[in-house]
Amino acid sequence: MSVFEYTLKELQAKLHNKELTVTELVQASFDQIEAVDDQIKAFLTLNKEAALKQAQQLDEQVDQANHPLFGIPIGIKDNMVTKGIRTTCGSQFLSNFNDPLYDATVVDKLNKENTVMVGKLNMDEFAMGSSNENSSYYTTRNPWNTDYVPGGSSGGSAAAVAAREVFFSLGSDTGGSIRQPAAFCGVVGLKPTYGLVSRFGLVAFASSLDQIGPITRTVEDNAHLLQAIAGHDPMDSTSANVEIPTYSDALKQDVKGLKIAVPKEYLSDQEGVNGEVREAVLAALKVYEELGATWEEVSLPHSKYAVAAYYLLASSEASANLARFDGVRYGVRTENADNMIDMFKKSRSEGFGDEVKRRIMLGTFALSSGYYDAYYKKAQKVRTLIKNDFDKVFEDFDVIIGPTTPTPAFKVGEKVDDPLTMYANDILTIPVNLAGVPGMSIPCGFSKDAGLPIGLQIIGKHFDESTLYRVAYAFEQATDYHKQRPHLGGVKS
Amino acid sequence: MAEISKQQVKHVAHLARLAITDQEVEVMTKQLGDIIHYAELLNDLDTSQVEPTTHVLDLKNVMRKDEPRKWIDREDALKNAPDQHDGQFRVPSILE
Repeated sequence: MSVFEYTLKELQAKLHNKELTVTELVQASFDQIEAVDDQIKAFLTLNKEAALKQAQQLDEQVDQANHPLFGIPIGIKDNMVTKGIRTTCGSQFLSNFNDPLYDATVVDKLNKENTVMVGKLNMDEFAMGSSNENSSYYTTRNPWNTDYVPGGSSGGSAAAVAAREVFFSLGSDTGGSIRQPAAFCGVVGLKPTYGLVSRFGLVAFASSLDQIGPITRTVEDNAHLLQAIAGHDPMDSTSANVEIPTYSDALKQDVKGLKIAVPKEYLSDQEGVNGEVREAVLAALKVYEELGATWEEVSLPHSKYAVAAYYLLASSEASANLARFDGVRYGVRTENADNMIDMFKKSRSEGFGDEVKRRIMLGTFALSSGYYDAYYKKAQKVRTLIKNDFDKVFEDFDVIIGPTTPTPAFKVGEKVDDPLTMYANDILTIPVNLAGVPGMSIPCGFSKDAGLPIGLQIIGKHFDESTLYRVAYAFEQATDYHKQRPHLGGVKS
Repeated sequence: MAEISKQQVKHVAHLARLAITDQEVEVMTKQLGDIIHYAELLNDLDTSQVEPTTHVLDLKNVMRKDEPRKWIDREDALKNAPDQHDGQFRVPSILE
């Protein structure tokens, strides 16, 4: 059995009784990357020399280690800054940003637990995209079938975990960017409650929606990783000052008497939810019934407005956030500018890709004089209605369950020419960001023809990640979807 | 709500500090027009009595003590800059 099939808890036991060393784990990670990343293209930058050196040092401290993440090789989405290690955000604009000055708070926290960062993971440019095709470098491929997209924007983060290149990774989720690629790649991805995890050092896309979260192979590992990164951070003024529970405690409880809400909009043909996905979700609900939970159909009546509201709000915030890329302090600068304004314009136009320009344009328009009330403020009001839909359902139910995405992964190139079709893919994940509640995707089946994973989305109340873990863990223990692995070459030991 | 014109697209590009070619103006006018047309779906909803949500957490101004502390120094701040001179960021002329 490959080392990648062990859980974090099993790995710690093997490190302690010297069956395995940190160096072997880190080497296994790089061996697998060497074997499969030509096909998968999950990594943008590798940190091999430093990682192997750190592994050697950690091997001398194994006896004192007492944390589930000790010595574990990880990957970080390339929109979280890593001190001294190139951070590109998947953008040509930051192709020369080789020497970031500090670590993002999440990176700092993982360093303190002695994880080993093997590299930075590919993504849609500035996290704008649902397929990884908007990366300025190359498109990450779905490990289950490399003709298909891995999802986005955290496509590299999900594909690297599915392809056993790393044990876990961090992604970020603004409208589904952790959950959708987790669903497409058959792994476990959590978007925490807005404010639970510090955004300090996460290159901002839409500040009122962005949230960092863990991507893992199992629910239990996911809980351990969230434990390490959650918590108040004085460096992020939107970070919530709440007490952090012990998430793994939630895994000990069952789901008897749990009340599940199933939004009818999330199973509807009108939202483009396909038959196989609907069947997989209904089969999952049957599993929950057998485990003693009950479910009822409910309505989130404003769901169909979420995508429109989201694109106005997220693009408006992005147009302001991306103003910092001006070619003065970091990033690329045009070589032929007449004056400063010209330099700004040309540097940005040369450095940004089409989707990023489109969203900056949309956001600038929605915020511009004469249009602000009609578009931006209108979208903020619709956001209130969407948030109220969730509040109302959570008065009577513990969790909401539905599909993560309307369909399994689509083919590379299939939707790239039509922005609106691409946006519609996020219809079931976007409302969760607008409401700020936590959402998680776990594997719940495979499509018949292409054998692609299907994701089950579990949505909870604000700061109730514990219930999400309890519900996800119960399903995982009752099924074996998480034990399937893509047929790629690579490490066997 | 009106359609977006090529003239507006050029104006917005200027506000966003993007240089766009004539061909990009064509494409952008169509694509932005489509997205804005789609967004008009929101007008089906009467929101006259609804408060806007800017942020989902109940946070007001978050203040900390105004105390000096160590942060990056000048040398570090300059090391990723495309151009620098005498310890400062250098840019093309601002005035004609």
